[in-house]
Amino acid sequence: MKDVREALMIGRNSEGDLVRRPVSPFMLGSAYRFQMSSATSILHRISGSALGVGSLLLTLWLVSAAMGDAAMGDAAFSVVQAFLASWIGLLVLFGFTAALFYHFCNGIRHLAWDVGRGFDLPAMQRSGRLVFVATVILTVAFWAIAFMVW
Amino acid sequence: MVEFALPANSKIGKGATHKAQAGAKRVKTFKIYRWNPDDGNNPVMDTYEIDLDKCGPMVLDAIIKIKNEIDGSLTFRRSCREGICGSCAMNIDGTNTLACLKPIADVKGEVAITPLPHMPVVKDLVPDLSQPYAQLRSIEPWIQSDTPAPPDAERLQSKEERAELDGLWECILCFCCSTSCPSYWWNGDRYLGPAVLLQAYRWIADSRDEATGKRLDALEDPFKLYRCHTIMNCTQTCPKGLNPAKAIGKIKQLIFERQG
Repeated sequence: MKDVREALMIGRNSEGDLVRRPVSPFMLGSAYRFQMSSATSILHRISGSALGVGSLLLTLWLVSAAMGDAAMGDAAFSVVQAFLASWIGLLVLFGFTAALFYHFCNGIRHLAWDVGRGFDLPAMQRSGRLVFVATVILTVAFWAIAFMVW
Repeated sequence: MVEFALPANSKIGKGATHKAQAGAKRVKTFKIYRWNPDDGNNPVMDTYEIDLDKCGPMVLDAIIKIKNEIDGSLTFRRSCREGICGSCAMNIDGTNTLACLKPIADVKGEVAITPLPHMPVVKDLVPDLSQPYAQLRSIEPWIQSDTPAPPDAERLQSKEERAELDGLWECILCFCCSTSCPSYWWNGDRYLGPAVLLQAYRWIADSRDEATGKRLDALEDPFKLYRCHTIMNCTQTCPKGLNPAKAIGKIKQLIFERQG
């Protein structure tokens, strides 16, 4: 579907000739300041996308485990397991859990908005900071426990 | 459509620099977006140095001074200079606000001024607001009632009913909020945007209006209403301190509640 705003991009100059108008600058960060409002929102989307990729990784791990020793011994599982236990694998998993906890905490923030709470600016700022703090605490706690039982 | 960069004809070049007069003590630098439909060039950021000792306190004072004393071709809208007409809405220092209500002293360093974001530019700081005006028309922002008004009196409200409109009637339609909203930048062809949705709620919340069901029917749409993802840039930027995000949240709640 064509953007109807396209029609407004055509203007006239002083001679009455048609000219193409520019779009005013809008980009987050450079033209429009990053704020708690937009930062938490864009991170919600990015972490959501990351969780999609992370779920594929989780599925790969489970499938390789389920393949068992039928086809090629424990080969498939060993490869996946070895990758996940490598530094790169652990880094990916760390990102996965950070995204999970961020998306979870900010999701609760969105639930509160959906029932009409927390719309005032001071509350929005507070809950945003709380989400960041909770994400850090939960992620660090998760990995502390994970390494303890490893 | 989600886009992250400006199209080729909108990319901003370097502009001219107008130095402050010799002897100026408190110099403040203003970088102002310029685009002239007559010269066929891309937009540029012109630099103006202003002596704050010879300028009023608000950003609007500075750009009026520039127009009067330095560059008469600088084009912008302004009228009341006291935050009630909504004409001088623009992006100042990275957020949308009214130039007449924005103290120059609030901005650290250079003062960057661009038109309201992601709008077609008519000239310099003047955006084409036809789209949000048409969207405002589409929500029928007037009282609709089957019950005739009393022949000898106004339609009365209780104090509580009247209080429901506080935080809504104060909107001056400057569209700072709509043009601060990434959803509106990307889906503004079909998403109504915070300013228009706040106006829609203003009539839904009015005890004298009897078209609530019809109004909610019209808004129940994946794009018109539900492109709002509670980003909250609108509330953050409103120069009148209103809360469009909350008004939109109430519309969503009303639509949910009537589903039973």
